[in-house]
Amino acid sequence: MRYATPKTAAEAASLLMEDAARVLAGGTDLLVQMKSGRLAPETIVDIKHLPGLRDITREDGGFRIGAAVSGAEMGEHTDLVAAWPGVVEGVNLIGSTQVQGRATMAGNLCNGSPAADGVPAQIAAGAVARLEGPEGTRDVPVAEIPTGPGKTSLKRGEFVTSIFLPARPERSGDAYLRFIPRTEMDIAVAGAAVNLVLGADGTVAEARVALGAVAPTAMEVPEAGAALTGSKLEDPAIEAMVDAVRAACKPIDDKRGTVEFRTHVAGVLAKRAARIAFARAGGQA
Amino acid sequence: MKSIPVSTTVNGDAVDFVCAPGETLLDALRNRLSLTGAKEGCGTGDCGACSVTLNGRLVCSCLVLAAEAEGAEVGTVEGMADHDKLHVLQQSFLDHAALQCGICTPGILVASKALLEENPEPTDEEVRYWLAGNLCRCTGYDKIVRAVQDAAAKMRSA
Ligand SMILES: Cc1cc2nc3c(=O)[nH]c(=O)nc-3n(C[C@H](O)[C@H](O)[C@H](O)COP(=O)(O)OP(=O)(O)OC[C@H]3O[C@@H](n4cnc5c(N)ncnc54)[C@H](O)[C@@H]3O)c2cc1C
Ligand code: FES
Ligand code: FES
Repeated sequence: MRYATPKTAAEAASLLMEDAARVLAGGTDLLVQMKSGRLAPETIVDIKHLPGLRDITREDGGFRIGAAVSGAEMGEHTDLVAAWPGVVEGVNLIGSTQVQGRATMAGNLCNGSPAADGVPAQIAAGAVARLEGPEGTRDVPVAEIPTGPGKTSLKRGEFVTSIFLPARPERSGDAYLRFIPRTEMDIAVAGAAVNLVLGADGTVAEARVALGAVAPTAMEVPEAGAALTGSKLEDPAIEAMVDAVRAACKPIDDKRGTVEFRTHVAGVLAKRAARIAFARAGGQA
Repeated sequence: MKSIPVSTTVNGDAVDFVCAPGETLLDALRNRLSLTGAKEGCGTGDCGACSVTLNGRLVCSCLVLAAEAEGAEVGTVEGMADHDKLHVLQQSFLDHAALQCGICTPGILVASKALLEENPEPTDEEVRYWLAGNLCRCTGYDKIVRAVQDAAAKMRSA
């Protein structure tokens, strides 16, 4: 086994071309998986020393979040929290204070867990990941990165260098909620993120709804967003949204939640998250 | 397997050690530097008994590679007391009997110190949330929260 701290993206990409090479960001998934024997990397590529990877920068009115920025650092960034409270609250739900000191939003995405708390709100936000690889740089919507439990669409040698959250129009808001059996430190049984932009008349002009833990990957439900558009979250719009959410659920059945329970709860969470996002956008029912 | 030389700072002192690539910071602290305050309760980030600070951030040392400590500043429970004089938090844990077996205590002390540096006047709820990643199977947590609050009050008036 080897531990490498590349200083350029090209060097990192070439290290990642080696057999059984693995990116190390916060290590809160990777080290657990190494300990359990699920992963036995030959080369550990620590990306935290690459230039810019620890920065949150303003770009085109939005935010570019380096792949080595921790959850705690995101939570301390006042402007980011004001613009994307739902994205930040999703990331801040990950683990304990200790885990927050290390865990990254990009690591949460690339680990590929269907229940990853940081992912649904990124999808609802229309976030775009910037990848670096042997063939150079490419931008890919976050929604297209996870392809199944533990699987991503990243090609060999590729890694995420940053995630871009777009500029916020006026009157916009987002929110993420999850259900867990405890109040802290548990894996989501279901999660829902809602991102809304209101028009000048206070009705929903744009809506995106994304779910976690109810399918092999986190996913957007376009029908659910469409159900909210044009409304002020009146009951019929909410009911149509909840129906669309439940229709999209294809959860697993396990001791932590049955199919029926996960499907039901996803609808409840989406409804509550929509109300929070609406209030954050300045909406009045 | 190649050994990696690491130069780091632990509790303010410059320290050099050699480690294996996959070795955790927890193992290096305990086995190479004889700093056995940080404990391994789980090795998977769940219990917080291994809590240390890394460049001022509270982390689980079982989820940090020892090699990552290169050039960093590590803070452990051994750095809390000033020679014979216990830290206010340490004295408060004794006064309030906030420990029984004590295996969770070093991690909880390090975590509580990090909390009070960031938030000198936390609510009980804030203490409980901050310490949610520090498990204690003995005390039932109540005495821990009281010890932290008492120390916080003393530190504010100091
Ligand atoms: C006690 C505990 C509690 C937890 N609770 C939660 C929770 O509540 N919700 C939740 O969603 N998760 C939880 N997690 C899981 C984990 O903390 C998160 O998924 C975290 O965001 C992972 O980020 P990281 O930076 O630590 O990733 P790492 O462990 O460094 O990496 C994770 C995986 O992604 C790959 N990777 C990392 N960064 C990149 C990149 N930039 N490009 C390409 N590949 C990359 C790595 O190779 C590895 O396979 C918990 C973990 C622990 C230990
Ligand atoms: S030993 Fe590190 S969290 Fe339990
Ligand atoms: S005192 Fe025994 S685990 Fe906390």
